[in-house]
Amino acid sequence: MRDIMEAALRGHNADYIEIRVDDTDATRIIYRGRELEDIGRNRSFGGCVRALVSGGWGFVSFNDLDGLRDKVTLAVSQARLVGHEKSQLAEVPPVVDIVAPGIVNDPRNVPLAAKKRLMDEYNDIICSTPKIQTSNVVYGESDKRVIFANSRGSYIKQERIDVICRLSATARVDGDVQQASFSLGALNDFSFVESLHDQAREAAEKAVAMVSAPTAKGGAYTVILDPILAGVFTHEAFGHLSESDFVYENPQMQELMVLGKQFGGSHLNIVDGASVPGLRGSYRYDDEGTPAQKTYLIQEGVLVGRLHSQETAGKMGERPTGNARAIDYRFPPIVRMTNTYIEPGEATLEDLLEGVDEGIYVKNWYGGTTSMEMFTFSAGEAYMIRNGRVEGLLRPVVLTGNLFTTLANLDAIGNDIEFNQGGGCGKAGQMPLPVSNGSPHIRIRECVVGGR
Amino acid sequence: MTPEELLELARRRCEAAEVFVVESDETPVLFEANRLKALNTRQTTGIALRVIKDGRIGFASTTAMNEAAELLNMALDVAPFGAEARFEMPTQNGLTSVDLYDPATEALPTEDMIELGQSMIDAVRHHTPELQCEGSVRKATQTVRVLNSSGNDASYSRTTFSLSLEGTLVRGTDMLFVGDSDASCQPITDASRIVETTVRQLELAKDFAQPTSGQLPVIFSPRGAAGAIVGPLTIAFSGRTVWQGASPVGNRLGQETYDRRFSFWDDPTVPWRLGSRPIDGEGVPSRCLPLVENGVVANFLYDLQTAGLAAAKSTGSGGRALASPPTISSSCLVFSGGDASLDDMVAEVKNGLLVEQLMGAGQGNVLGGDFAGNVLLGYRIENGKVTGRVKDTMVAGNVHEALKEVAAFGNELRWVGGSLHVPPIYFARLSVSSKG
Repeated sequence: MRDIMEAALRGHNADYIEIRVDDTDATRIIYRGRELEDIGRNRSFGGCVRALVSGGWGFVSFNDLDGLRDKVTLAVSQARLVGHEKSQLAEVPPVVDIVAPGIVNDPRNVPLAAKKRLMDEYNDIICSTPKIQTSNVVYGESDKRVIFANSRGSYIKQERIDVICRLSATARVDGDVQQASFSLGALNDFSFVESLHDQAREAAEKAVAMVSAPTAKGGAYTVILDPILAGVFTHEAFGHLSESDFVYENPQMQELMVLGKQFGGSHLNIVDGASVPGLRGSYRYDDEGTPAQKTYLIQEGVLVGRLHSQETAGKMGERPTGNARAIDYRFPPIVRMTNTYIEPGEATLEDLLEGVDEGIYVKNWYGGTTSMEMFTFSAGEAYMIRNGRVEGLLRPVVLTGNLFTTLANLDAIGNDIEFNQGGGCGKAGQMPLPVSNGSPHIRIRECVVGGR
Repeated sequence: MTPEELLELARRRCEAAEVFVVESDETPVLFEANRLKALNTRQTTGIALRVIKDGRIGFASTTAMNEAAELLNMALDVAPFGAEARFEMPTQNGLTSVDLYDPATEALPTEDMIELGQSMIDAVRHHTPELQCEGSVRKATQTVRVLNSSGNDASYSRTTFSLSLEGTLVRGTDMLFVGDSDASCQPITDASRIVETTVRQLELAKDFAQPTSGQLPVIFSPRGAAGAIVGPLTIAFSGRTVWQGASPVGNRLGQETYDRRFSFWDDPTVPWRLGSRPIDGEGVPSRCLPLVENGVVANFLYDLQTAGLAAAKSTGSGGRALASPPTISSSCLVFSGGDASLDDMVAEVKNGLLVEQLMGAGQGNVLGGDFAGNVLLGYRIENGKVTGRVKDTMVAGNVHEALKEVAAFGNELRWVGGSLHVPPIYFARLSVSSKG
């Protein structure tokens, strides 16, 4: 393969060219209610060429590798039609490397029958809980092998195995329907899938309890987020804004996101990094062949860094951070997060609760999205806080806010940390990209909660 | 190996088999920072095999076409663990005639697409020079073929053309997002509708209005309405949700459930629309299906397997992506309109909102019909007039509750995303929360 790729790359008149070929084997098991909905296997094989000429990009993707050189020629000619300026790409030294996946517990060694038996057990726990109407139990694994070569002489082979499991319970009383779920995941490790009985039970019991729980009254509250939801908050509310493809060609955004600007209190430290090992967003090289790093985005409340591809780094005169990622061969790499987290502080949960006369404690996640300035994310569970104590269960709530005021209103950070590994990030049609996010418990003043 | 050979091979070892083949060729022209940035070409080919072996369903797919023979082994590997098949493969029963393929789309030169996109961006920036625009002009051709062991062999091609514009205006820490999109199976040669909508948004959003809270009148533009109500309705009218007993309207068949002026259909036969199809992903011929007629729940959507489980008939709603077996999906959702103009509706509101886009409306308890989103683009209405843009505001409600009594449906229906035909909708009371 190396010979074919290198031969196809040679002798074109372009500023930069890369070829990526990926090959993925995936297996999934899906239950809805008592009925097994889908068990299937997929193979996805394909490649792409990306070329840069005078600041313009050409990109060609395909399933058939025959005539690779012609595909490179097509990408170069497309780029030439687009480009009318100077190419600015950060210099990254060429790398030749073969990265083994670092497997902890290989899901490929677990027979399909055993996987199905586990999902049967979890589904049965959910479905046999009284008042549960239906369930959704999903197991998925994908073994992805990527080969990358570029015109600077890099040649990199990487492999990763993603394992995800989602347990969701739906309760119904009269016309009222409520859902509770857990989304979990791991990189190169099947182990967590084997012991989710408690989570299955908890999801079912939560869904049933929510049906008789009251709805929060809409308005601004002091909210305390558990580590899982605080991780989603970090990703949605701040992480996306640190992706410099939103900034690098927009002078107004550059002014807004100028390094050195105060975003939060001196207790606030936010990090993104694929080099943090063993998490869903971890890897050795990104999809432009840049080595993974750990990047401080906010240090002591001050904006100190941002996430880069080679192009955004080149244009902004900053160091590439190894954050250019593509979900598969059908897409060019774009700036993405990896493992994004708030570093732990000093406070205990009791400290956070102290002095909160009326607030909401929110746990677990359902979803989240951002427009950069505004974000919304939904909690899987919510509880009223009264006089510093966590009280009754509420129906799930959606939180929303303005990034700039919310980070400033983040007034306390816990001393614990956990990572949410069950999510997938979506951007520019590329979804779900494996990422993780994490945080300690955090407290935010004046956060808008949607209600009725 | 040809699809016919694979089917024959599978038929010999299984009770029934179905082969699904999809080929597509897409050319996106992408604009960033107000100028042309990239030209892409995306060629995709894939093949999927569904078998029934010893009464159970096995499924496998691949994009490695030269290894299609391996598919049968993959499908047979999983079939012993698969769901019990509750259906038979449909026999040859023809295609519904729908206009979906226009050679003019395929023939359109890239240069014309570049010019169209650039002229759209230039026109909007002529109004607001500091607006930062991203845009895309895409054309694609897709061919789908479904053949099965009952002798059905049907295929069709669809061309698509789409145009989109996203403008961002950053002032201090304030960000305004405007834009619109349009899609058809035929070439769109005129970007003026997108330009006009975007310019109107920029005009309405020029000033800020004081935020407001409470149970208030909310008018949704077609795009706003599509974002808020379509997700919960699609889930509630899926035969799978109904069969599981999880649909809030599952036991309402034949009963008046919504406002009498409310009707909507699943219509795969609308010409030149992206959601239209002559057959579904299982080879069942398409037909227009009323879901709600004058407030009465009329039908639910079924694919073959769910229909078998629920003792119903397939409605030709087996949607399909390469990597998974058919699941219930709508084609084009067509909503009834009313007689009010948007201006009439706005004139009636003393204190409320006009919402063009809710962000994150699909989070939360969609299954129960809830929607709750941050107003990404919306305006305050005071004494019958739009007075400016609102921010930091959430709108929340329940689709099934809200549609019981609607203040008015608008007469200016629009296609949203190429497969939803939606009117402006005016709800008398929804929960609006904001700071202040």
